[in-house]
This record gives sequence, C-alpha cells and structure tokens, in this order.
Amino acid sequence: MNLSVNYAGVTFKNPITVASGTFGSGVEYSEFVDLNRLGAVTTKGVADRPWEGNPTPRIAETYGGMLNAVGLQNPGIDVFVERDIPFLKQYDTGIIVNVCGHSEEEYVNVVERLNDVDVDMLEINVSCPNVKEGGIAFGTDPKQLNHVTKLVKSHSNKPVIMKLSPNVTDIAEMARAAEDGGADGISLINTITGMKIDVDRRKFVLANQTGGLSGPAIHPVAVRMVYQASHAVKIPIIGMGGVMNAYDALELILAGATMVSVGTANFINPNATVEIIDGIEEYMKKNGVDDINDLIGAVE
Amino acid sequence: MSKSLVEGTIVSNEPISSDCYSMFISAADIANAAVPGQFINVYINDGSKLLPRPISICEIVDDKVRIVFRAVGGGTKELATYKAGEVVRVMGPLGNGYPLEQDKSYMLIGGGIGIPPLLELSKRLKGDINIVLGYRDEIFLADEFAKYGKVYIASEDGKTGVKGNVIDAINEYDLSADIIYSCGPTPMLRGLKAYGSEHNIKTYLSLEERMACGIGACLGCVTKSTDVDSHSHVNNKRVCKDGPVFEASEVDL
Repeated sequence: MNLSVNYAGVTFKNPITVASGTFGSGVEYSEFVDLNRLGAVTTKGVADRPWEGNPTPRIAETYGGMLNAVGLQNPGIDVFVERDIPFLKQYDTGIIVNVCGHSEEEYVNVVERLNDVDVDMLEINVSCPNVKEGGIAFGTDPKQLNHVTKLVKSHSNKPVIMKLSPNVTDIAEMARAAEDGGADGISLINTITGMKIDVDRRKFVLANQTGGLSGPAIHPVAVRMVYQASHAVKIPIIGMGGVMNAYDALELILAGATMVSVGTANFINPNATVEIIDGIEEYMKKNGVDDINDLIGAVE
Repeated sequence: MSKSLVEGTIVSNEPISSDCYSMFISAADIANAAVPGQFINVYINDGSKLLPRPISICEIVDDKVRIVFRAVGGGTKELATYKAGEVVRVMGPLGNGYPLEQDKSYMLIGGGIGIPPLLELSKRLKGDINIVLGYRDEIFLADEFAKYGKVYIASEDGKTGVKGNVIDAINEYDLSADIIYSCGPTPMLRGLKAYGSEHNIKTYLSLEERMACGIGACLGCVTKSTDVDSHSHVNNKRVCKDGPVFEASEVDL
C-alpha cells in the first residue's frame, strides 16, 4: 500500500502535514507525537525579524470552531534557522517553511535567507487576516497575488506554495493568479475572518476585534474551495480547514488535494495527525485502495 | 517532568458553592508528576466545544488530581454534570508551578476562582503561613485552608471577614511575610505586584489567559514580560508554558 505523494517534485512519505501556526516548529508537540510519522511539518509563519503579534485576548472559542488573532508572533528568520531547523532535522519528516511579511521586501528577505537552508518547500502566507499590512492585501487581490508570486519565485530556489485566503468571492480566480505567477502549488484555506462579542460586557472578545475562524465549522467551505481550485489549476494543492479525523482529510483529497494539513485538531487532540494517518491507512485497506494517489480528486 | 495525556476516571464531582464544583480525577501519571500551581487541560466531551479547559490543580491526593472550577461557560457547565465513574480526557501537569522556598513566612493570597491552586501549596510549605482569601460573596474552601495556616477573609459584600478586597484584609490585620504567593483576577495581581514592590516582599503571581493548546505552541496566551522571552525573542512570555506562575517583576500587567 502506498501512502507517499509527490508534491511539486518533492516526495513525502504520506500526505499529512500540519497547518502553519498550530504546531509551532514541533518542539512542544514532540512530547506527544512521533514527528517521524508526519509527511511534513509546516512551521509557524516566520518573518525577516521578530514580530510581537497582537495584544491579548488572542483566542476565542465559537460553536464548532475558534477564532485566533495571534498576529504572527515569531522570532524572526535568524533564530528560526539556527534553532528550529536543526531541531526538525533530527526527524525523518519533510519541512515546509511558512513565510510571512508586511511588504514585498520582507518576503524577499526571508525567501533569500532560506535559499541556503535545507528545507523542502516554502509556503507563502499572503492571507493572514490578523495582520493589517501586507498579508491579507496580497492575498485578496488577484493582481497583487500574481505579482508577489512572481517576485518570490524569482528570488527562491525552492518550490513555492502560495497560501490562499478564503475571504474572496472567486477562489478559482485566485488559484489561477498564483499558477500564472509561477507558483509550484497552492494551499487553502487560511482562516475565515470572524468576530465575537461578549454580550454581557458589550465588548469584543478579541483585543484585535476580528480573528480567523478555524476548526470543524469551516470544513465544508474548505472542501468546496479545494474542489473549485483543483478544477481551475494544474498545480498541486495542500488542502486544509477543520480537519478533525481521517474522513475529513479524505474528503479534501477526494476534492482534489494532494496533501492535507491538520490544524485546530492539534489543540483538541495533540496526537490527531498520527491518528489521521492511521485512519487513512485503515480506509485504504478496507476499500482495497493500493495507492493514495488514486484518491486525489476522485470524487464522482 | 513529563506531561501525559490520559483518560482519567472521575472519582467524585460535588458542588461546594452555588456555582463552584470540586472534582477528583484518578490520573496517576499526572498526580505523580504535578507540583502546586500547575494546571491540567480538561477536554470536554461535547464536540462543539473544541478547546480544552485549562484548570489549576487544587490538590494532589495519592493518584488523584483535584480540581475546583466555577461553572460559568458552556464547557465548565458541562463539566459540572459529569458523574463519578465517567471518564474525562486530561493532559498535564502543565506550566511551571510555584517555586517552593521553605522555612520562611508566607502570605498565600487568592481571589475568587484563583483560590484553589493555593491549597496544595499551603500543604507543602514549611513555615509561618497566613492565608488571605478574597470572595465576591459566597465562601468556599476556607475551612480546608484552616488546617494549614491562619485564614483571613475579605468579601466584597462584607458578609464574611473584612469588607473589600485582599489588600484591605492585609491592611486590616496588619499582615506581612517574606514571600507572597498569589492567584486571582488581573486587577488583584496588579495590586499585589505594587504592594510587594512597595513593601519589598518577593511576590509570585499566577496568571490566567485564554488558551488554545496549553503547551506553548499556539502563542495564544502571552503576557507582556520585562525580559525577552525564550520563544519569539520579543517581550511575550507564554502563560501556559513559561508560567502560569511568574515572579512579579517578570511581568508587566
């Protein structure tokens, strides 16, 4: 039985990775999860310098989901390369580095710094709803997305995945804009912008007022958008959004994703990723599927 | 000190006030590793309530962990309905706990639902222990604390002890100590930080913040710190991992 997938020329032992920002660089989760089991670890967004992120409260629970407005707090690329990459290199897993920035220059600084670092792929975060400048502006306008994709590609020697925002009218148009810009893959969906109000206090629950909604509440949106994007472009997709179990992951694969990220589920069950990989294997055994690749986009 | 994720069996779950509950959970791995001031993540069975509830450890008795929680939101209200014999998923011990500095004089100062974690601490300290407990109205756990130190009470409604807050009680009874250990709402901790600094008393604060993962990965629960933090090299220490207990001068409340 084959679980390995080829994504943009890179082979991963299975299609399961984690959604950026839910898993750090794996250090904290390594007490609960055998990182060797994962297809890849996708690291928390890293910028060209340390970012403080947003004020607290940064987290709010909602029905079947959660809002976060962490605001991409991160230690910057230098600490990340010196500390987090060697940690991950101890394990037999792929490394996908999520890159964030406020400006074109900041993206380029990080991407160029990573050219000499042994990682498998880059995922460019052009869709964080919690960062005012940069992020979301690049991710919701197809022209800007196309432009930043070309820019990053021209400065990187690694496969580049553009991470798309669901906060757009036409996801297919965004997917095409990334593909036309030379992206090697796309990942979707980032969180959906939301808001929660404390009725008793008549105040916003999050200090940032708005936050990104994740968790099972957004899963059907992810399935729909992965399906639409996969029919709009030829480049491979990493599907994500509210994956809680193997069936949720398989849904995204059947919709057209080559790989799947597990995000919020890590907070609810630190071992969710491994249980999902086991569940996919079990499904394949039960249904006589020899190769996971036969399931990609196989919805009828 | 390692963390465990276990299925704990509920030994008992009883109300101790109109909205506070005392639950004993059989979880040997956690009980054996825990120190006072640490917390556990309690996972709610209802799948629509995703995030674990971070709840401080009130007491450790043999292989059992005791938590005392207030049933205020949907998650804790559900937790209040769990019966003895039911199984609940818990992870812990999490966070750092109170540093035990022995053979000194202490004030253990708790406010509201910040009171429970001081109970295990009061059992483990050797020295002169004064315990100052602040309540809005209803009193809970005070009789249990009386076994381990002298208890002073402040209540906002004035029905029990001094009318006012914990600082009013400290002033009323003219209390002092070498070390303050505290847990409670942020305004109280802010007051104690100032009080400790003014009276030159080493003060430990246990903070609360909204959390997601509880293990230091998601960066949801940071607090402004005076020193650069070890994770992001900014001034944001993680309450769940670097805390919840901080020496008062470490944090900017």
